[in-house]
Amino acid sequence: MSIWEYANPRRFMGWSAPLVPLFSALAALLIALGLVWGFFFTPEDYRMGSTVKIIYIHVPSAMMAINIWVMMLVASLIWLVRRHHVSALAAKAAAPIGVVMTLIALITGAIWGQPMWGTWWAWDPRLTSFLILFLFYLGYMALWAAIEDPDTAADLTGMLCLVGSVFAVLSRYAVNFWNQGLHQGATLSLDAEENISDVFWLPLLVCMAGFGVLFAALVLLRTRTEIRLRRLHVLEARDRTGRKGSGEG
Amino acid sequence: MSALLLRDLKLAVRAGGGFGLGLAFFLIVTVLVPFGVGPDSGLLARIAPGILWVGALLACLLSLDRIFQLDWEDGSLELLATAPIPMEGVVLMKALAHWLSSALPLVLAAPVLGVLLNLPTAGYGWLMLSLALGTPALSMIGTFGAALTVGLKRGGLLLSLLVLPLYVPTLIFGTEAARRGAEGLANATPLLMLAGITAGVTALLPFAAAAVIRVNLR
Repeated sequence: MSIWEYANPRRFMGWSAPLVPLFSALAALLIALGLVWGFFFTPEDYRMGSTVKIIYIHVPSAMMAINIWVMMLVASLIWLVRRHHVSALAAKAAAPIGVVMTLIALITGAIWGQPMWGTWWAWDPRLTSFLILFLFYLGYMALWAAIEDPDTAADLTGMLCLVGSVFAVLSRYAVNFWNQGLHQGATLSLDAEENISDVFWLPLLVCMAGFGVLFAALVLLRTRTEIRLRRLHVLEARDRTGRKGSGEG
Repeated sequence: MSALLLRDLKLAVRAGGGFGLGLAFFLIVTVLVPFGVGPDSGLLARIAPGILWVGALLACLLSLDRIFQLDWEDGSLELLATAPIPMEGVVLMKALAHWLSSALPLVLAAPVLGVLLNLPTAGYGWLMLSLALGTPALSMIGTFGAALTVGLKRGGLLLSLLVLPLYVPTLIFGTEAARRGAEGLANATPLLMLAGITAGVTALLPFAAAAVIRVNLR
């Protein structure tokens, strides 16, 4: 049996049904654990004070904002190559979640930046590339919304996602070139010498896992909704043609 | 292919609208900026390369939806799809025609508008060079965007939403090359990156745009 059989809509509805409540509960548990741990049981940073605690929301949402785009890219590729409808619908379902994650990352960053950098917004490479990512999400969703035929929409948004990914990476390096950064560098890399301290790292890890599972739950839920919506349209169309047929007969 | 190019150029020039309109728009944007930021010549000189680049980019955007729209409406796009030349070639010729009819006049007009914005003397050559290197990428990316939205009734606004984020890298390297040149700094890196973007986009995007057109014609 090949892995692709799980992409059959009927089978997808079957195996995803128990996973949605499971993942939702797990996500709620992990995020609650991570946030409570991070907010109340970690020391305050000696320079940033209690404002450091916003990283438990900022970092996971920023991470998910990028990962969701990558997931959409993979799903679009699978759709374009293998024509599994569930894959296209999953990409469509993921986009609004991604745009919310991007927005959360931008807003929490601004809230943190105001007391720390003394400004809500700076044209820093990371901030700027997130804003551009936000625009990419908007364009992608607008294209989905604009096209009526579902297969055409899936094809066109898939192509946009492919081309957009290349340009997103290009923009990331272009803005690096364009302005020097205010944002701190990566402190979560596995190979870096100086990293975030374990005291902050462990609850952050729990939060990141929680956001990941939350995304899985949401994207499954939204994909199930899309599939039901598609079935509903088919039923309606069948109903309409059936009535017309009997009227003529 | 050259016949197609000639036909598109003739249509662009004779059908009115697109050809002169882009230039007039470029002029108006440039004239509006001093009203917005004040007539201080030092400030204008500093922002001139950026303003001219953004103005040229927006003027390019204006005529994008005409690339495929008329051919789509009267069915000639379907004829072109069955023609012996591949769709990729059609797309490339369309982009070239757009560049020649819409972008090239902007490149030539940019130095004249530079005078209005008090562009430093050293900047004229670099501005034209960076625009000449960068605008083909704008035309090509725009052709891809136009191919995406060709089947839509009111695709113009959506087209700008899709295309503008894709223009970011080109704009960054283009203005950076022009600005550094105007200030007498070394600007070989952004110029090379700009040329790289144009080359890469011209090589790859025709395939994406042709695939999108085929989907739309299905």
